[in-house]
Amino acid sequence: MHKIILKKQLSADVYMLKVYAPLIAEERSPGQFIILQLDSDFGERIPLTIADADTEQGTITLIFQVVGKTTTRLAALNEGDAIANLVGPLGKPTHIEKFGHVVCVGGGIGVAPLHPIVQGMKKAGNRLTVIMGARNKELLILEDEMRALADELILCTDDGSYGRKGLVTAPLKELCEQTPPPDLAVAIGPPIMMKFCAETTRPYHVHTVVSLNTIMVDGTGMCGGCRVTVGDETKFVCVDGPEFDGHLVDFDNMMQRLKSYKTQEQEAPHPCKLNQQIENMNR
Amino acid sequence: MSAHDTPQQIQHDAAEGLEQILHRKEPLKPKERMAIPMQKMPTQDPQIRRDNMQEVAMGYFPEQAKLESMRCLQCKTAPCVKGCPVGIDIPGFLAAAAEGDFQRSIGIIKQSSLLPQVCGRVCPQETQCQEHCTVGKSLKDVNQAVSIGRVERYVADWEREHGVQAPSVKAPTGKRVAVVGSGPASITVAADVRREGHEVTMFEAFHKPGGVLLYGIPEFRLPKAIVQKEVESLQAMGVEIKTNFVIGRTRKLLDLMKKDGYDAIFIGTGAGLPKFMNIEGENLVGVFSANEYLTRSNLMRAYDRERADTPIFKSKKVAVLGGGNVAMDSARTAVRLGADEVHLVYRRTEVEMPARVEEVAHAKEEGVIFHILENAKRIQGNEYGLVTGMECVRYELGEPDASGRRRPVEIPNSEFMIEVDTVIVAIGNESNPLIRQTTPGLDVNKWGNITVNDDGKTSLPGVFAGGDIVLGAATVILAMGEGRRAAASINQMLSTN
Ligand SMILES: Cc1cc2nc3c(=O)[nH]c(=O)nc-3n(C[C@H](O)[C@H](O)[C@H](O)COP(=O)(O)OP(=O)(O)OC[C@H]3O[C@@H](n4cnc5c(N)ncnc54)[C@H](O)[C@@H]3O)c2cc1C
Ligand SMILES: Cc1cc2nc3c(=O)[nH]c(=O)nc-3n(C[C@H](O)[C@H](O)[C@H](O)COP(=O)(O)OP(=O)(O)OC[C@H]3O[C@@H](n4cnc5c(N)ncnc54)[C@H](O)[C@@H]3O)c2cc1C
Ligand code: SF4
Ligand code: SF4
Ligand code: FES
Repeated sequence: MHKIILKKQLSADVYMLKVYAPLIAEERSPGQFIILQLDSDFGERIPLTIADADTEQGTITLIFQVVGKTTTRLAALNEGDAIANLVGPLGKPTHIEKFGHVVCVGGGIGVAPLHPIVQGMKKAGNRLTVIMGARNKELLILEDEMRALADELILCTDDGSYGRKGLVTAPLKELCEQTPPPDLAVAIGPPIMMKFCAETTRPYHVHTVVSLNTIMVDGTGMCGGCRVTVGDETKFVCVDGPEFDGHLVDFDNMMQRLKSYKTQEQEAPHPCKLNQQIENMNR
Repeated sequence: MSAHDTPQQIQHDAAEGLEQILHRKEPLKPKERMAIPMQKMPTQDPQIRRDNMQEVAMGYFPEQAKLESMRCLQCKTAPCVKGCPVGIDIPGFLAAAAEGDFQRSIGIIKQSSLLPQVCGRVCPQETQCQEHCTVGKSLKDVNQAVSIGRVERYVADWEREHGVQAPSVKAPTGKRVAVVGSGPASITVAADVRREGHEVTMFEAFHKPGGVLLYGIPEFRLPKAIVQKEVESLQAMGVEIKTNFVIGRTRKLLDLMKKDGYDAIFIGTGAGLPKFMNIEGENLVGVFSANEYLTRSNLMRAYDRERADTPIFKSKKVAVLGGGNVAMDSARTAVRLGADEVHLVYRRTEVEMPARVEEVAHAKEEGVIFHILENAKRIQGNEYGLVTGMECVRYELGEPDASGRRRPVEIPNSEFMIEVDTVIVAIGNESNPLIRQTTPGLDVNKWGNITVNDDGKTSLPGVFAGGDIVLGAATVILAMGEGRRAAASINQMLSTN
């Protein structure tokens, strides 16, 4: 059992939890995730990125958006409650070294998984430009944390309620047009955003790392449910990833696979924010 | 397809048969033993079981267990024993069962096997013990051999119903052993090592222990309550079980020794990496590995659509690729989840199917449509990426290959389409690379299986391995046998230093 030490609401449907998990806190690296399950018999196993960890407290930080059944139940838990099953850290850690100028792009909830990567890249001595996007001001998360790490922070909202009005791809393109262009781009967010970020950097040959959020079951390479097409190969996100070369990922196939259970989950009697999520993806 | 024999009818026939024999004074002559009809397994009616997850084979009635045991000729050379990977004294336990002394019978089995309730149900008996049985040979039909596995299951179930005492454990030695994985190989090692008084911790990646017995083999073939009992009996012996613990991730293998102070490690992580065919359309929506499909249904209980949070694909027409137990389990699970049509596509013929004969028969009774000498070539999808069909090609049998099986060869221009919305790939598993990638110095062969010597020792000192991670996808009884061997050498090592 993993006790919830701290709970905070970051925006309308985004929550932050600090959970007691000392072994995972000790072993985790940026880019890795956990899988949790709220009930051993009938609960679903869902992956969430380790947004931060505190080895002294023995806690890990999870930041999640309420999109369906399990995230709704998770959001209803309070400090002092416990999560029945938590396994990790899973996935390959982010490849971190001194690249030079790194642009990190986070969209919506994708800012959460981006955070530990930005921390790592900073530590390795990179110059960091962070671009964060959300539909509106209320939905922007971790602004202060990112401001503290970034050499330059660019905020975008779809409706112009804060920062620049428009999509994250606009400032990304401007950065690519500079000479020299950035040495590396990291983009994490809705698949459609990652796809367009990759398309933006492609003509400039800026290597672009994306972190994929496929459907998962075990997270250890056993089921193949998380598979994606990368280049000509099939890869398992949980063990070969979650990060891949964005210029090689078949995002269209991935987006279709994410909707595998769409109708089935819509039929289920729970407050599903699916439509909103699809809207997000397709904006 | 023969009409379904009701359990009542089967029991009635057995009771009558037994009655006649019990009236006799002299012992049965071999001819008379051979004349006793082979006892059929009572099963749920196929029409009914298509809609439930309960066990299909209901187990012998006591009269049947005795009668079937009387069919054994008590051969001096006991050829059957050579066919059992763990060398159970088969004539011995059958003789006890024939007398109705089920307690003694199970005692004999347990000297060699730790999981008779499981093996009695899932061993491919017709290619192991029963293949060599003299009765089957004389009747020129391996399926007429003494039903060793069914009697084994009967006496093991009998023991469970009458209460099993947890095996006694010797005084603490202060030595600690880490067991990685919780499948049959690991369960065996944990029990055998704990018995000697060593402390044992079992680490399992999933949230529940049991390995393939839990997440792979469905309830209708192996009730989960049985696996649960085996795990509880380990706990009663004092084995500590840590679930949600991935060795190589939560802790590196060798840190178990360096940081956590374990004196020995056993790796029993199984063969959990699904193979795909690398054909066009394999990543479309509606294509699943058997592992994923079965795990969703078994471990995550997605078959219970009312209560389970984990979804499983609702299919109308399903194609399953493969001919082993995993393929049969997938096809029969799809039937139970409500598919209208389930097709099983296999490259060779039924003779070559690695699945247990009983499972093939059950699948047919449940309406699975068999396509033999056919193979998938391409999976077709629509603009939403959903599977709409599968292109197949016909095969014929050519020259025998190295394994002696006639090699299937493609018939040119024999392609045709079948309309399906789901494809389940059940063509085998390879070894999971997680531990070998995170453990420098651990030797593996070209298939990624951990290499061990005759004592189950790996290339790293104090580290042992067994089961599917060593053998490649194999069987429960082989995994158990390997576990026994590794446990013996772990106990040996710990007693000498
Ligand atoms: C490696 C990895 C890291 C992730 N990290 C985070 C994170 O830090 N914070 C966070 O909020 N989310 C993260 N996700 C996504 C998160 O796992 C899903 O949002 C969650 O599984 C939804 O569960 P649910 O039961 O609430 O929704 P469900 O009821 O299962 O689904 C609701 C809707 O979400 C879709 N969906 C299901 N699974 C996913 C998925 N994996 N990704 C996107 N959509 C999905 C479904 O198709 C459905 O339309 C991550 C995913 C992966 C694979
Ligand atoms: C669907 C199906 C049907 C089958 N039917 C039959 C049958 O009828 N008869 C028969 O004899 N055999 C059958 N088999 C094969 C049989 O189940 C296996 O040979 C046997 O279970 C292997 O046992 P094992 O102990 O080696 O590993 P497994 O049972 O595979 O258990 C390995 C365990 O290790 C865990 N693990 C893996 N990696 C790690 C890690 N890094 N850290 C912690 N834990 C880890 C896994 O989660 C798993 O629980 C079937 C297999 C399947 C998949
Ligand atoms: S364990 Fe399997 S092979 Fe051995 S006797 Fe029993 S059924 Fe036969
Ligand atoms: S070979 Fe058959 S008949 Fe002979 S001892 Fe074994 S089980 Fe009995
Ligand atoms: S989640 Fe099962 S293989 Fe990746």
